[in-house]
Formats: sequence, C-alpha cells, structure tokens
Amino acid sequence: MSKIAIIGGGIIGVATAYELAKLGEEVILFEKNYFGSGSTFRCATGIRAQFTDEANIRLMKHSVERWEKLEVELESDIVFRQTGYLFLATSENEVEAFKANIKLQNKFGVPTRLIDMDEAKEIVPILNTEPFLAGAWNPKDGKANPFKTLFAYLFRARELGVDAREHTEVVGFEREGDTITAVKFRNNGKVESVKVDAVLNAANAWAPLINEMAGLKRDLVPITAYKHQLVKTEPLEPGQAEPLVCPPSWNDAYIIQDGEDGGIICGAGIEHKAKSLDDYEPTYDFLRGVLDYAVRIAPPLRYAHIVRQWAGFYAKTPDSNPAIGRLLDNFYIAAGFSGHGFMMAPAVGEAMAELISKGRSKVPLDWEWYDPYRFERGELRTSAFQIG
Amino acid sequence: MSGKKIVCRCNDVTVEEVEALIDSGVTDIEEIKRLLRIGMGPCQGRTCIPIVLGILARKTGKKQEEIPLPKARVPTRPVRVEVIVGGDDE
Repeated sequence: MSKIAIIGGGIIGVATAYELAKLGEEVILFEKNYFGSGSTFRCATGIRAQFTDEANIRLMKHSVERWEKLEVELESDIVFRQTGYLFLATSENEVEAFKANIKLQNKFGVPTRLIDMDEAKEIVPILNTEPFLAGAWNPKDGKANPFKTLFAYLFRARELGVDAREHTEVVGFEREGDTITAVKFRNNGKVESVKVDAVLNAANAWAPLINEMAGLKRDLVPITAYKHQLVKTEPLEPGQAEPLVCPPSWNDAYIIQDGEDGGIICGAGIEHKAKSLDDYEPTYDFLRGVLDYAVRIAPPLRYAHIVRQWAGFYAKTPDSNPAIGRLLDNFYIAAGFSGHGFMMAPAVGEAMAELISKGRSKVPLDWEWYDPYRFERGELRTSAFQIG
Repeated sequence: MSGKKIVCRCNDVTVEEVEALIDSGVTDIEEIKRLLRIGMGPCQGRTCIPIVLGILARKTGKKQEEIPLPKARVPTRPVRVEVIVGGDDE
C-alpha cells in the first residue's frame, strides 16, 4: 500500500481519491477552501459525449457509462438524468458540420442523430424553432447534481479510509531528485509535513501554483482562469427544457433545466479573463447578454424570474483540453479541464487512480492526447468543443 | 400539525434534515447551503440562513457570530427576465 496525496477537493480530486481507496491505497486529500469551492460547485451540470475529436468522444462515452452506474455504486441519489443534449444549427454549413460530427460520434458508439425541428419541438416544448434548420441530438447525454455527486464520492471515499481535509492548504513539498517525498500543509496556522509515495495535482485553476511549489515552471502546464457566469430562473414546470439546448453559432449560448427544482440555467460564451483567482463577481453585461440569447432560444423565458447569478472558472489550457498524466517520477496532474471536469470526472478519476496505483489503465483515455508536456513541445490539439 | 419544523420555506427543508447533515460531518455553511438548497430560493436566505446558523452554532459549539455567512447572490430580489431584455418588439 502506498500513501498518495491529492491536492484539490473538487470532483476530480475526490473521485480519484475514491478510486484509489477502492484499489487499496492510502489517500490524504487537501482542499484549501471548502469541498467543491473551485469550479465543481459553480458548473452548469451538463454531461455529454458529443465532442468533435476521437479522444474526447471515447473518454466521454466511457464516462457516461460510469455515470449510468454511479448512483448504485455510490449508494446515493446524485440526480443523474439522461435528458440529452440538443445542438441547433443556424446555417446549411453548420448542418453539414453537424453531420460530420455525428458520423464520428456514431463510429465510436455514441448514438447522436440529426433531427428536424418538429422533433426538436417535441423534446423541448418552449423552443423557438424558427431560427434553426436542424438539431444534433444525443439522448444519452445528460446532467447531474454537482453538490450531491461530489459528496457521494466523498462519503464513500471516507468509508474506505480516505483522510479528506478541507480548509487545509498545501504550502510546499520536499523533493529529492525527481521524487516528491513529503507534502507540507498548514493545519490551524502551523505548518506540518506528511511523507508520501505519490502526489496528484488536481487543483485545476490553481494547478500552476502547485506545479511551481514542486519546482516546475509555472507555465509548464499553462492554465488560465476565465470567468464564466450562469443565471438561473425560478422553478418552472418540469419538461420544458430538460436537455441542454445550444445553438453553437450564438456564442455557445445554452439553456438547461435543473432536473430537481425545475429552474432553468442559462449560460453563454461571454467570458472574461479572471482578474485574480478570487474574481467571482457577476457582471451586468453577462446577465443582459445571456438573457438576450435565452429568450431567443425559448421565448416564454421572458416571463420567468431570475433568482440567481454566479461565476466560476473555466481553467483553460491553450487547446481547451485538460492536462492528464505524469510530470515527475511520482508527481501527477489532472487539471485544466476548460469547463469539462465535472462530466469527465468518473472516467478521469478511474484512469488516474489506475495509472498511479498500477502504472497503466484500462480506461480508454488517450494519454498522448492529454500529455501535460505537449504545451512545452508546442503541440496543441484541435480545440475541444466547449460548452456545458 | 405534523410536527415537521420547516427551516427553509422556499425549498421545504426541515430542522431534522439540517441536523442530520451536520451529524454526517458537513459543517461548512457553503456546503450545507448547496446540499439542502437552503438560501438558494427566491427569498435569498432571508428566513432560513439565520436559523441554520443557530442550529450550526448549537451543534458545533461555536458562537453564531464566528460562523461566516454564505456568499449572497444577485439579484437581491427575483427580477423578471423581460425587465432586463426589454420589450417584445426587438
């Protein structure tokens, strides 16, 4: 049994802690704020395999298969619902692009298909069909409750012996050659140290700071925090807009109905580089911009009330694909998820745990594609298709 | 009277649910808020947050003023979408 430290109490860190404990490893997890406080608890809840490249499609197909079994495995209601993702085309060129994506997704077993606007209207009763020509529809995509999912993983991890600590900040490492030998952390104001056999940096937007503490260049894995905001309406009758509905050509604007309380979450690609790593201030320009799109997608939303607006970070890499892999002998990273950490967590947690514990993984994760050293080599991937 | 004591009238959360969550080890107000959706309804926590702080103080032995308030969200009161996007004729 090895002792493994995980830095970051978001969904990636907590899911990996659970998977490592399942493999019999001893795990200590550090979260400097409260669990989920970074990006997980601010996310838009969506889960999809509709990506536009083989690596992300295959990883997400596996992740959705894990999501389908997660409630039983974790013995907890995480409100996972396969209510689909519906992308909408506004031009003939876009319809052709959708067809090419669908062909690629079908090749890897993702059952996306092109639908006409009559069918789209049956799926989303409040949809304004007039601006759109066709939809790309995958009924296996879905959503889950990020709060309940993280805690379901956390409670099971603790039952398996994981020592998960919040409000506990990692402040440094002890390193011999390319091996991290100990993690230093602040406990009630005092700096303590724990000997470890391996370390996972799962700090997402904060990951460059952790890499720097490990003696690596801060921009070895260049991750920039972009402020993404969401607004949510009052609870509405279920079944109005259950899938995530997104016309990508409208600045990636989308709506998705909360599977539990029925409120509609509205997002858009109106982003700002965060001023700092505590820049969560919502902005009026976002509120105005996102609602202009939302009422064009679903006109009845005009009469709903907005009850909440909040911000979180897309921890973005230059190609919007995460950095997943090994940085030093026993120092690993899974960060820079660029808005896709929540949906990828079941697959990435499993893959990382197997890599750290066994040196290899049966998860269909393309390690070369997500190689954290690709940025230093100047090898960018095709940009991952973003949104929700 | 069913004997159920409601803490949060927006989302129908009871005293028992708050106490059970604290007993399971969740004592951060930001986490309690999200797991039970306390303070996330249209009242924005005006009714429920002080009550939850009282329960949390009693259960953890802390003083109520030592427990930080959860982050408040805009808008302060619910706002109709059409007030923000303007009239029908755009």
